[in-house]
Amino acid sequence: MTVNRNIKIAAVVAFLAIVFVAVPAAISSSGRFDLYYTLTSVALLSIASAGVWLTFYIGRINIGQGAYALMGGYVSAILVMNHGWSFWLTLPVAGLFCAAASVLIGLPILRLRGVYFAMVTLVLTEVARLLALALPITNGAKGIVSIPLPGALSIFGLTIIPDFATLQNSRLAFYLLAVTLMVVCFAVMYRLVNSRIGKLCQSLQQNEELASSIGVNIAWLRVIAYAVSSFFGGVSGAIFAAISQSIYPSSFTVTDSVNFMLNCFLGGLGYVFGPMLGTLVLYFGWDLLFQTGQFQLLIYSGLMIVLMLVLPNGLLSLAETTRKKG
Amino acid sequence: MAEMLEVSGITKRFGGLVAVNNVSFSVREKEILSVIGPNGAGKSTLFKLISSFLRPTTGEVRLKGERISGLAPHIAARRGVVRTFQETTIFKNMSVRDNVIIAHHLRSKASLFGFFLGTGTAKADEAAFGQSADEILALLGLSSLANETARNLPHGHLRALGIAIGLATNPSILLLDEPFAGMNHDETMRMVEMVRRLRERGLTILLVEHDMPAVMKISDRLVVLNFGQKIAEGTPSEIQANEKVIEAYLGSEDEAIGL
Ligand SMILES: Nc1ncnc2c1ncn2[C@@H]1O[C@H](COP(=O)(O)OP(=O)(O)OP(=O)(O)O)[C@@H](O)[C@H]1O
Ligand SMILES: [Mg+2]
Repeated sequence: MTVNRNIKIAAVVAFLAIVFVAVPAAISSSGRFDLYYTLTSVALLSIASAGVWLTFYIGRINIGQGAYALMGGYVSAILVMNHGWSFWLTLPVAGLFCAAASVLIGLPILRLRGVYFAMVTLVLTEVARLLALALPITNGAKGIVSIPLPGALSIFGLTIIPDFATLQNSRLAFYLLAVTLMVVCFAVMYRLVNSRIGKLCQSLQQNEELASSIGVNIAWLRVIAYAVSSFFGGVSGAIFAAISQSIYPSSFTVTDSVNFMLNCFLGGLGYVFGPMLGTLVLYFGWDLLFQTGQFQLLIYSGLMIVLMLVLPNGLLSLAETTRKKG
Repeated sequence: MAEMLEVSGITKRFGGLVAVNNVSFSVREKEILSVIGPNGAGKSTLFKLISSFLRPTTGEVRLKGERISGLAPHIAARRGVVRTFQETTIFKNMSVRDNVIIAHHLRSKASLFGFFLGTGTAKADEAAFGQSADEILALLGLSSLANETARNLPHGHLRALGIAIGLATNPSILLLDEPFAGMNHDETMRMVEMVRRLRERGLTILLVEHDMPAVMKISDRLVVLNFGQKIAEGTPSEIQANEKVIEAYLGSEDEAIGL
């Protein structure tokens, strides 16, 4: 028991050291500063995927996270551009806005299961894109551009985060922001899943009727999980808008929604850290296959199919089987 | 004896089919009352109406005077009316013990957020649930299987687990839908003893069951349904002598009521 605990602590410390110390050190010594952007994207996408994973955990196939990422991006961009808000304030607001929207959307659609829910969420991503095109406030296809970089964040006169525009290396700053949020997000997810709440979510996934017969308010719990999921989507979208300093209706599309879902599948639906690993592998895998030119998509899809056949429980199930054998 | 549950004039239509037709009866405290009837008579539907899984077309169910029908299953459960399922219904990918622990949901004092933070109340809840789960598992003879994944249990034990889950909610009325189905004679007799012990612990029990010898042995009173209608109500010996009941069962299952 304590050995197990020590291993866990060691793993967390090692992970933090890699993410916050080793990676920046390696990048600055190798001069590959473009990797910051790549890894920042991976961190942000894994936050959105973590949200999708949580909806899987209550037994719903969610192909609609793109909608919330888009929504979060627009909420942040509009508040910064039209209302002069600080980016740092828009970040939680974007998340909460998405969570609130997802409660309204989720109440009717979370009654659906299986492929029906999946289809509706898929449509949701498309609806979000069309809305962004049509609404006056989102500025149509031209999108919102020239969003200023995040300003300084100070509390009681104490500057906690400097103005990104004054930094020589705003890429590093965004990287640190993204991975910090990723760490927080997965810490929250880990705690959720390993507390009684995780068991309740599992009970929904395995048998909703039985769950309600033992007194679980299943409609409410589903909505809560979906709201947390969408919160993550919104936050991730808001940072994306800040990094690219722009947001368009096509910033998050059905492809992104599908990818968020695939990240979860690949990493493993039974493992909290599945979406993180899945996002990393998929993102880099896709880039590596760039060399293969026109065959990129073909090889990529083929590999995905094979992986799902060979490892239906995701990449992290490999670690589990070796541990059991050892 | 005090009236615990009162079913009055309850009807359930599915399109043109009247699955339960104007049924009334009442259940006394600490009674074991069985609902019997041929296949498709509306017994399970009646249970679903009582536990608020279905909304009655007309009529209502009252628990100690308070209406509990037409609400939602989790609300009926909170008021103390809990059903088990005719089909084996468990959380199949959880351990047997976790199945029972999770079913203590209604007893938790901590909020969801409290469980997230791991507050003292939440920890106390967890400890209490674990202890109570172990007691329930022992009561149902499942202790040795506590850490087994539920889907691997043999059929008879699955039924017992279903009942264990029901018990964990700490109900005042437990509705058991065919708890002895698929059990051999010994297993059934053990379950009959079990159900009696539950009643001694203060539970009121409603039972749907096809195993007539077991039903006659265990029940204080019976309600007989046929084509959705109540055709008889009474003690086991009254029911066994009832003309209408014999008629309803004639041909197919005349031996089944123990004649
Ligand atoms: N959801 C439903 N929709 C339509 N018809 C239904 C529904 N549920 C039950 N029925 C019908 O209502 C009637 C009563 O069904 P019910 O399951 O209550 O019977 P039962 O007495 O429990 O039978 P058994 O002994 O076979 O379990 C049957 O004719 C059944 O087909
Ligand atoms: Mg039935």
